[in-house]
Amino acid sequence: METISGILDNKGTPLEKQKFTWKEMAGQPISKLDDDAFTRVRIILMNGVETDALRLSHGIARFNKELRLPLAQIRRTEQHQATMINWLIGADHSPLETTVAYEQVAIEVTAAVAQNEPDPYQAQTYRFGLLEDFDHLYRYSAMLDRLEGKDANNILQGYTDIVPGRKTSEHHRHPENDIRDNYEKDSAALITKIHAALITGAEYQTHDYYMNIGPLFADPLARQLYAEIASVEEQHVTQYGSLSDPSESHIEKWLVHEAMEVYMYASCAEQETNPRIKAIWERFLDYELGHLNVACEWFKKLEGRDPAEILAGPLPKMVEFKSQREFVRQVLAAEVNLRTAGPVYVDKAKEPKSSLDYRNHLASEGLASDIVSAGYQWAPGGELMRKHS
Amino acid sequence: MATAAKVGTNMTGVQMSPKDTKSLLEAVEQIRPDVPGNEKGAMLERVKRTEEAERIGSVPVPGSAKGMLKTTFDKALGKSPEILIDKLGERLAFERSGVRLYDAMIAKAKALEDANSDLIQVLKHIRDEEFEHMNLVREAIETLGADPTAMTPCADVAGVKSMGVMEVLTDPRTNVAQGMGALLTIELEDNAAWELLIELAEAGGHPNIAKSFHKAKEQEDDHLVKIKTLVRRDLIVQIK
Repeated sequence: METISGILDNKGTPLEKQKFTWKEMAGQPISKLDDDAFTRVRIILMNGVETDALRLSHGIARFNKELRLPLAQIRRTEQHQATMINWLIGADHSPLETTVAYEQVAIEVTAAVAQNEPDPYQAQTYRFGLLEDFDHLYRYSAMLDRLEGKDANNILQGYTDIVPGRKTSEHHRHPENDIRDNYEKDSAALITKIHAALITGAEYQTHDYYMNIGPLFADPLARQLYAEIASVEEQHVTQYGSLSDPSESHIEKWLVHEAMEVYMYASCAEQETNPRIKAIWERFLDYELGHLNVACEWFKKLEGRDPAEILAGPLPKMVEFKSQREFVRQVLAAEVNLRTAGPVYVDKAKEPKSSLDYRNHLASEGLASDIVSAGYQWAPGGELMRKHS
Repeated sequence: MATAAKVGTNMTGVQMSPKDTKSLLEAVEQIRPDVPGNEKGAMLERVKRTEEAERIGSVPVPGSAKGMLKTTFDKALGKSPEILIDKLGERLAFERSGVRLYDAMIAKAKALEDANSDLIQVLKHIRDEEFEHMNLVREAIETLGADPTAMTPCADVAGVKSMGVMEVLTDPRTNVAQGMGALLTIELEDNAAWELLIELAEAGGHPNIAKSFHKAKEQEDDHLVKIKTLVRRDLIVQIK
């Protein structure tokens, strides 16, 4: 796929032929033990993409009567796509193990996006958020080891480092320091718009997941750790959500989202190693082309504009699903001390008082992220398995 | 029984990714923990939170004892009857869940075992006795004037404990040996729990309840022997 306009020639699967059965939606999960970690990464990511498609579509429907039916029709398929994807996660994943996988998604996908992003400010924002999700992985890995006696690397399969990043206790910022500058819709590359839609959706899902599973834990430290990190994920949604241009019309945002879904399923289908899951990505790529074509028709009808205005132009290579270890280390070494002052990235020494005051109060009765990770050093099999010389 | 374990492409261990593991260990050496201390801090915090915590819930006052003076209550129901009621509530919940757990195991065995396997018959027999035990405990609770439909604190905790067992038994991907291992956990506890319950009923001044439980305890002894034997026999045949 060179350009999205090339894809536009393909009409995909018509909406009326996008059918499911309950049994296939609640189908066989992948193997936690035998499947590659990146198969799980793609599953989690694409569930995030689909649930964000539902979210955006509901938002648009609140403001547009004419679009309510076509959006509802597409949402029905998206609901079932999300189900079929999310149900691929087996019940032998504990919620904390799934959490580790969520952070692997955030790290590896955001790192890939940061390197592909042509807009320097947007790329900087991805690198900034990346170091925070990287640190969440370390805190959750310590929690997994010290709560359940499990090794996070059983989930990560060696692809992702388990070391401190920008300390979670320093992520909590005043809202005024979480808003970012947005791209300009008329000058931004399509891939920039796609990246913003993708990462916002992925972070939204992570936030919602932590909010749902946090209270399932009995351990007060685990409950508090989820509270602390869910709040950072809400900041991330704020941050990434502000990257897109608020002057884009609703339908323009819909078009970008559908284009993003096409691009992401194409990326997944290209790299999937499990043939059964690859068939799902290919099937859903065709479904998304059907959705994109519906969105294009409504764009022409309601806005009297050519969708090529939005979708024309080259797209870079597919999102690469692979270990981004070297890139992450470089970013960590160079940017761990970055903080934000409004939309501007500054050195730690220049972090605004508003964020410091905000954070100090929240932490005044203790920080679970510090307590659970005190002195934690990953070792193969977990810290109890470390060989004593 | 179906083969317990198969060789395959398990990706979880470090031996599957030696280069990545080397890189990961280098990172661990270079980037040290940023919070001083060790896991003891978490333990101290848990101590503090446990001291601060409220309890999980209460034992309901028996309907027949409502409005009684404390002394009359004790006389009718024995000393600290709430302890016995709580443990009876636990046993009732455990046996009721136990019926469902055996149902799940029977479904697994029907799918994976030969049709003429004696396993399914053994499972059905135990399942039916768990059902009898549930009714036995319900009657005991009723003789104390308590409510067998209430979820007591120990019943609630028993439900939390058996969540993992239920997940193992109802996962269609687990094999017969894994399911039987889960049932062994249940039967080991069940056996000890009946023994304790009989002692508690006697100590609490309810010899008739204690007496009515002896048969159940004997049946539980039999369950434990049967499940242990089946687990052992199956795995030893496969390993030879």
